[in-house]
Amino acid sequence: MKYAKFLLLGISFGILLIKAEVVSWFRIQEMFLFDSFHMYGVIGSAIVVGAISIQIIKKFNLKSIDGEPIVLKPKPLKKVGNLVGGICFGLGWALTGACPAPLFALTGAGYSIMILAIIGATIGTFTYGLVKNRLPH
Amino acid sequence: MGGIVAGNFMTDGSPIVLGEATVERLSSMGITDLSSLLPQEVFNWDDVFTLRLFIIAIVGGFFVGFGARYAGGCTSGHAIMGLSLFQLASLIAVIGFFIGGLFMTYFMLPTILSL
Repeated sequence: MKYAKFLLLGISFGILLIKAEVVSWFRIQEMFLFDSFHMYGVIGSAIVVGAISIQIIKKFNLKSIDGEPIVLKPKPLKKVGNLVGGICFGLGWALTGACPAPLFALTGAGYSIMILAIIGATIGTFTYGLVKNRLPH
Repeated sequence: MGGIVAGNFMTDGSPIVLGEATVERLSSMGITDLSSLLPQEVFNWDDVFTLRLFIIAIVGGFFVGFGARYAGGCTSGHAIMGLSLFQLASLIAVIGFFIGGLFMTYFMLPTILSL
């Protein structure tokens, strides 16, 4: 039961990704062609809600569901890694039309072909692990 | 599991209404079936041994996985959570996402789709 909360949140996230159409290959194309407000609206409002939530959590010192303090670990700044890694990610995002979570949501939604992209992504993360000491960050 | 629920029980099968310029551009590249979440002309098991699907799904997936690790996060981690925290690392990463995505969409995808 300890992990039930993760499962419930994960299921909700998957449903949300599908219903918001943000897992659609076409929506990603539309976003990169600046042809619709859709993706910018979804991501933009998520950022606004996120920023407000974080301020509320900090101000009232809210605890997690288990009563533990919520620690938001800042992402380390590594200029080359952030930029070059980001560019790699963007190339893949425009090709597959999906980022990591949607790969799984799409597979679940019946697009079994996305298993290929999951295999590719797994090889990609594994490769990063192999070469990371030789990459500039 | 969320995908299974939403994909099977929460959909009415109506196609997504896309921007006109996108529809036009895609149809000029041979993609006209807009009825599902992925272009069926590209993503189907019949093409599993073609170069085109290999590049789009496996190489594309590789870039997603490799890039997410190298950049230190993905769309939710950097673009949504990172920008919510006003972090410079995330802003740089998101700028990277768009440099890569725009370059692929405008300059490389038309060639790849014509394979």
